[in-house]
Amino acid sequence: MSSVARETLTLNMGPQHPATHGVLRLVLELEGEVILSARPVIGYLHTGFEKEMETRTYHQNIVFPPRVEYLATMIEEVAYVQAVEKLLAVAPPKRAQYIRVILMELSRIASHLVWLGTSAIDLNITSLFMYTFALRERILDLFEAVTGQRMMHGYMRVGGLQWDLPEDFIPRTRALMEELPGRVDEFETLLTDNLIWRERLEGVAILTAEDAVGYGCSGPILRGSGVNYDVRKAFPYSSYEDFTFDVPLGRRGDAFDRYTIRLEEMRQSRAIILQALDRLPGGPVTVDDRKVSLPPRRELVRSMEAVIHQFKLVSEGFHPPRGEVYAAVESPRGEKGYYLVSDGSNRPARVRIRAPSFSNLAALPVMIFRGFIADVVVAIASIDILLGDVDR
Amino acid sequence: MSTELPVPGRAVGGVTADEVEGLQRQVLTARASRILAWARRNSIWPVQFGLACCAIEMMAATASRFDISRFGSEVFRASPRQSDLMIVAGRVSQKMGPVLRRIYDQMLEPKWVIAMGDCASCGGVFNNYALVQGVDKLVPVDVYVAGCPPRPEALLYGFLELQEKIRRTGGRL
Amino acid sequence: MAAAGGPADAAAAALAAAVPGAVQEAQDFRGETTIMIAPEAIIDALAFLRDRAAPRFPFLTDLTAIDRLPAEPRFEIVYLLTALDPPARVCLKARLSGDAPEIESATPLWPTAEWLEREVYDFFGIRFRGHPELTRILMPDDWEGYPLRKDFPLVEEPVEFVGRVPKPPSRIIPDVPPKGS
Repeated sequence: MSSVARETLTLNMGPQHPATHGVLRLVLELEGEVILSARPVIGYLHTGFEKEMETRTYHQNIVFPPRVEYLATMIEEVAYVQAVEKLLAVAPPKRAQYIRVILMELSRIASHLVWLGTSAIDLNITSLFMYTFALRERILDLFEAVTGQRMMHGYMRVGGLQWDLPEDFIPRTRALMEELPGRVDEFETLLTDNLIWRERLEGVAILTAEDAVGYGCSGPILRGSGVNYDVRKAFPYSSYEDFTFDVPLGRRGDAFDRYTIRLEEMRQSRAIILQALDRLPGGPVTVDDRKVSLPPRRELVRSMEAVIHQFKLVSEGFHPPRGEVYAAVESPRGEKGYYLVSDGSNRPARVRIRAPSFSNLAALPVMIFRGFIADVVVAIASIDILLGDVDR
Repeated sequence: MSTELPVPGRAVGGVTADEVEGLQRQVLTARASRILAWARRNSIWPVQFGLACCAIEMMAATASRFDISRFGSEVFRASPRQSDLMIVAGRVSQKMGPVLRRIYDQMLEPKWVIAMGDCASCGGVFNNYALVQGVDKLVPVDVYVAGCPPRPEALLYGFLELQEKIRRTGGRL
Repeated sequence: MAAAGGPADAAAAALAAAVPGAVQEAQDFRGETTIMIAPEAIIDALAFLRDRAAPRFPFLTDLTAIDRLPAEPRFEIVYLLTALDPPARVCLKARLSGDAPEIESATPLWPTAEWLEREVYDFFGIRFRGHPELTRILMPDDWEGYPLRKDFPLVEEPVEFVGRVPKPPSRIIPDVPPKGS
């Protein structure tokens, strides 16, 4: 009698793949269609940000964060800039903080729209991709009006902002916020009432709360498993404590919970934006400390000291005191933190980017163990992976 | 067999001059290379090769506001064997270099490459150990689109430049 | 601003009591507590903070390293822990010397340490004893050198210009050491 041997199939879901949301490589070990193990291979987008940021001054480094997290660019810039501000013990004025909140929440909505569109198109719901990207274009128009750039803004400065908002920003934002709930409800109708969507997402890619905590997950993945941790509530920054908003939580930790959480987060972001617009204070948008922020141009013709400060700041940069700080923000993917080490020179000695997608991706093998190949697509989409974050 | 054309009043081989004139209005003739170039440039299907931030602007170029499919790119194929164009959208790391070359080799002739963005053109903001300083070190590039990231309109302009290039040179069999 | 003043200081004191010989020094900077731990005691210290401290720190938010060349000990491994209830952060550091740096792996305590330690190994060359698979994670598998070490150059490719040689980007604004050094 012949013996029967069992073999597993090793399948490579290569770095170039339509459903990996970037250059992610998964080596899957399959028994039929059931996944026994999934090994992510990363590093295909490694850019050397941390080393590159050690070779520039703190001000020059503002260029790099939006290229790390290219979907939530405002949030990333604030993450870096507020770490430098913490190092310097400098607080931006209230108006700058409120404007940062408005732009960050717009960034969050834009990121979630991209996530929604790309997740839907992974499951062949192509029209939603068009709808969400069209809505995102409206947000990018606002960013372009404020900063001049759709994506890589370079708008945040250590101590505040580059310049104040244009006049038509507030009415345009209000108009967009008027329109947003109707559109989000429309997307929800297309998906939540869609049998295919529910069948594909419910019960898929489940992550238990203790696995989520053990893998250092954060953001909608962690909250989908029921753990209530949002950096905006736990360690408030940039005046988030002034705003009332809810943090949606899930129960089962599956892909469908994460989807509902992100939809609800879009609505909560809208609530925050409206509160910030209603209570937007007047005043300057950069801190008045000449050792940190450039003097206004009109002062340069009158004051020699202003010229010297300008010269020093531009040609050399400021020298923070020796020390280390860690400052985190809640990015759409989770806790994004910058750990800066200063040795007193004009360049950081170490810049460490705590990337949420790096830790979230490590939990992927646990999520899809004993799942099907088709579930891998859903699982990757539900993590909202951003390879720029993972690989830096 | 005669090679004379019919004239009014005298048919040749049973075909009158009126019929020939009607035919000349219904039949188009051209060199084969020009027809091939026309077909190729109006149906360029790129392979999905979005790497980083430029990929998002590339996706915006395929979305409804900028709509690359009105220029012929109806779909971005997932398989390189079914595509004509590789838009290298994003930064190419040292680990990704061999993968990029392999995808390029898997594409069938005729094929073109657009280096989208500063990182693909020349390394961009990142002049360091981790990135290939310009994708033209790995594959021959036809059009460079500058920008960080280039606006979707800029990508479309680069795309139109590629179509112009194919019009001039792309008709070879 | 981390709410780390009160609870984290208490955790540091409790740590010194619970794991004798671990705490070398504790420091407060900008509202954050950083505790220097002896490398041999790092796992006990982390386990205490994760399981028995008040508040408990269930999250290993980050695990990274700093190259302090030319200062000795050269490497500092940084463990950033987060507590939820009440929200608090604490930073543990362990110093390792420059040649053949090794420390015990934290993978038995947190699964996330697996990838984080691989990244530290990839960029600094620090080995973690007991790690299930200590291989490169972000750099290509056959890469030589440890990129985030201070003696690894940035490898800037010279830009070709006609007529002049421009400064490499990292030297446009030169490194100015701290005042008084």
